[in-house]
Amino acid sequence: MVGTSDDIILQTHGLTKDFKGFTAVSEVDLAVKRGTIHALIGPNGAGKTTCFNLLTKFLIPTRGTITYKGQDITRAKPADIARLGLARSFQISAVFPHLTVLENVRIALQRKRGDSFDFWNSEQVLKALDGEAARLVEAVGLGDFSRHQAVELSYGRKRALEIATTLALDPEMMLLDEPMAGMGHEDVDRISELIRRVSANRTILMVEHNLSVVASLSDRITVLARGKVLAEGDYATVSKDPRVIEAYIGAGHG
Amino acid sequence: MADVTITAPATDAAEQADHSALHRTLFIAMAALLVVLPFIPVVGYPFFLMKVLCFALFACAFNLMLGYGGLLSFGHAAYFGFASYAAAYTAKHWGLTPEVSILLGTASGAVLGLAFGALAIRRQGIYFAMITLALAQMVYFFSLQAPGFTGGEDGIQAVPRNALFGVVPLGNDTITYYLVAAIFFVGVLLIYRIIHSPFGQVLKAIRDNEARAVSLGYRVNQYKLAVFVLSASLAGLAGATKAIAMQLASLTDVHWSMSGEVVLMTLVGGMGTVFGPIVGAAVIISMQNFLAGLGAWVTVVQGVIFVICVLVFREGIVGVIGKWLKKPL
Repeated sequence: MVGTSDDIILQTHGLTKDFKGFTAVSEVDLAVKRGTIHALIGPNGAGKTTCFNLLTKFLIPTRGTITYKGQDITRAKPADIARLGLARSFQISAVFPHLTVLENVRIALQRKRGDSFDFWNSEQVLKALDGEAARLVEAVGLGDFSRHQAVELSYGRKRALEIATTLALDPEMMLLDEPMAGMGHEDVDRISELIRRVSANRTILMVEHNLSVVASLSDRITVLARGKVLAEGDYATVSKDPRVIEAYIGAGHG
Repeated sequence: MADVTITAPATDAAEQADHSALHRTLFIAMAALLVVLPFIPVVGYPFFLMKVLCFALFACAFNLMLGYGGLLSFGHAAYFGFASYAAAYTAKHWGLTPEVSILLGTASGAVLGLAFGALAIRRQGIYFAMITLALAQMVYFFSLQAPGFTGGEDGIQAVPRNALFGVVPLGNDTITYYLVAAIFFVGVLLIYRIIHSPFGQVLKAIRDNEARAVSLGYRVNQYKLAVFVLSASLAGLAGATKAIAMQLASLTDVHWSMSGEVVLMTLVGGMGTVFGPIVGAAVIISMQNFLAGLGAWVTVVQGVIFVICVLVFREGIVGVIGKWLKKPL
């Protein structure tokens, strides 16, 4: 199952993060294959979110390297990796509350213009992007809300809006931080379906607690416990691994 | 789905056109008001009106940063005051015409904003505010210690109103008032355009959620610095205009309490609204003017109004009106 280096889009070697003597992530070697949905799971405090923040450059690793498409991005800035086509979502819903739903998506589409320092231009120039923004808003089922401010949306809809915004970047790879956290049943099904749909030409790495979602969506799963990789494989393999079962039951998870 | 693609932007455009139409009407009304104001009794003193307009432009410049960039500067007096000195000095000692003095003053605000902004944007929230305050205090002490340039405690008094462009004499207050009104109007229009530009969209996104803007690939510090410089330049424009109009540049303009006053004006009028800071400045300056008989009690009354504002209508006067009308003002 070892792919050639061309198949691997994102790779880490010995990734480690210390917080004042506490090692949140320790010597993690991760390899995400191009075009797959890869899940990062583990009990609470396993280091999933730290790992995620290291990958998205919101934290700087203490040791180790991160390679994206053969390029070393260990020291890159968050905005720069977004420009390389590596887009992330956030665990708490990350929308722009006082912009409308349409504007939320459009601000991501606006990146295509390059930098927007043109304070002398009317925002009418952005109208050209409205059609595409509306299409994305519609695709996540928010068509009826496009003129509402994001702050008025329910939690599940904010998550959907966030995914639409991330999609608007048309990223080669998406990093999703607990896309189902705090969602009701219908929302979970809708967003699962959406993730499956958008994964067509992309690679997705997600941190997720909802094991049934992980089971149905992911091609490959990495289990973290106490900052280390405990097991890796498809759901069938991982779920039968006695160490994984122990880690979950030991931490009070079913 | 094809239907939605076409109709959704259409309704959106309709709604936005609705807002722009309202704003256009308000701008036309404001222009008309500026023209007739000197003829209205009680408030129609050109000198008082000029003061209100200079502070209104100052507050609008400040609001560009706070209300739309989410950056609370506590040292905006530095750009306002320094530009005021620069304009007064060049008009008085170099004999420059008002438009050149005002442009030089504005440029000095921009340069100061670039230097201070580059330092301040490295930190966020309260630390950002503290850095801007500390840097502004340095400007205050410089002004105090450099009487050759600022006139020290005396300030620069009797600043001459040279002929505009070297040809139009600014003989009396009324003519000068129309110059100030024109500068104010153009300044506010420029701010309106900045807010409603592609740059303004990114700015609002950074204000709403900085981490998210970063994750979309925006290098937010560059945007913050840009709005800092724009805001400082416009504050400089207001200060320089004030020096020519009031014929005075003094330590009051660079004092930290001036930085506080502009925060007050913006919050009372409505932060993050286009017209709020104008109303706020008018309220605060009117109070200082018409309640001058109360002496030191004016500060107390101001304090009470501020507390009421924060407790009862946090969105400020214009913010509350905008909520009633369900339209952004």
